[in-house]
Amino acid sequence: MQVHVSTGDGVPIYLQIANQVKYLVASGRLAPGDELPPIRVLAHQLLVNPNTVARAYLELEREGVVHKRHGSGTYVSDVGSPLARKERLKILSERVDALLAEARNLNVEPLELLKVIKERSQSIQPKENK
Amino acid sequence: MNTSAEPNAVEITGLNRKFGPKLALNHVSLQVKRGRVFGLVGANGAGKTTLIKHLLGRLKAESGLVRVFGFDPVADPVAVLSRIGYLSENLDLPAWMRVDELLRYTAAFYPKWDTDYAEDLRRQFGLDPRAKIKTLSRGEHAKAGLLIALAYRPELLLLDEPSSGLDPMVRRDILEAIIRTVADEGRTVFFSSHLLEEVERVADDLAMMFNGKVVLAGPLDDVKESHHRLVFRFDSPQASTLKVPGVLSLTGGGQEWTAICNGKRDEAVAAVARAGGRVVAEDSPSLDEIFVAWAGAKTE
Repeated sequence: MQVHVSTGDGVPIYLQIANQVKYLVASGRLAPGDELPPIRVLAHQLLVNPNTVARAYLELEREGVVHKRHGSGTYVSDVGSPLARKERLKILSERVDALLAEARNLNVEPLELLKVIKERSQSIQPKENK
Repeated sequence: MNTSAEPNAVEITGLNRKFGPKLALNHVSLQVKRGRVFGLVGANGAGKTTLIKHLLGRLKAESGLVRVFGFDPVADPVAVLSRIGYLSENLDLPAWMRVDELLRYTAAFYPKWDTDYAEDLRRQFGLDPRAKIKTLSRGEHAKAGLLIALAYRPELLLLDEPSSGLDPMVRRDILEAIIRTVADEGRTVFFSSHLLEEVERVADDLAMMFNGKVVLAGPLDDVKESHHRLVFRFDSPQASTLKVPGVLSLTGGGQEWTAICNGKRDEAVAAVARAGGRVVAEDSPSLDEIFVAWAGAKTE
């Protein structure tokens, strides 16, 4: 599981971790049943306080993204739930906002942008089964 | 052990200290809970080292109370120092000793010294046992100091500007040591730093000091969540003397201004609205920005 934390911005580190795990789940890079690294291992890897990782996991558990199995570890939940879809759309919205801002800077109208998206979508279709 | 009931590793209440006419510590109160990492931040000369010297019993409280695991560091130095692993920026190791001699020498002072752990750390830090202390690089010197602070598994790891002037690899070793200390055995870490990036990574709790005073203290996440950065836009340019109540710092000019505020967001927004302005952007400032905002607020 690849997670990165940045101390440059104002987002608390526990939220950065939780958000990235959600993103990994929503994007399919973490599948239901996958085990998250133990708190101590991830803390060591990211060089952050273990309590921070624990708080991130607790947050994810509260939102139903992961669950604990008694005495063992933390696992990705079976999220075919509306949460996953909502989360996916939320992630996409952020990217779309950035794309729209960029398009505005380059003087590209939203409708024109939509055309570009369609074209790109068609051109990458055959390769989608990776 | 008769300290197990004591919930706080460190308890400081109303501590004052003067150096000549200068008030080095001005009614400082703070608590460090067991099993947590406490970061003390402040500019050079803010009083961090003076405060730490009180914890070690090297300075006696002029007024106020200092307790480490319930003990008075001046009245009961053995009880306090046997529980503290201390590393400072200006650590003075005996230059004529070899690394292995330093370890044996230090081990003699501590009944709880863990020889295997010390050897693990020595290998991990890449220290040659036969090297003379005076031939060590600055980074190796710091690692040797860290090693002897850790090898008896102190209940409290006390680090005074541990990363100051060290390269990123050594800083990483120090951060790993802090993390391992709390992760493996639930011990306590107190460290002072002006590297806010490091504090942000490893601290549970934070206190910010300026001119001998603690201006802000609390869990790091609370501190971050209670500060806001607001960008205001006014209909007309504002004079450079613009004042907005409820903000710590205000920068910018003309029609656009950026404010950092602490909890009093609504007050600031209302005041700006009365002056013909509105919020055009809002997000969370980094710890660096929070620090700079408080530093500015204090010098006024």
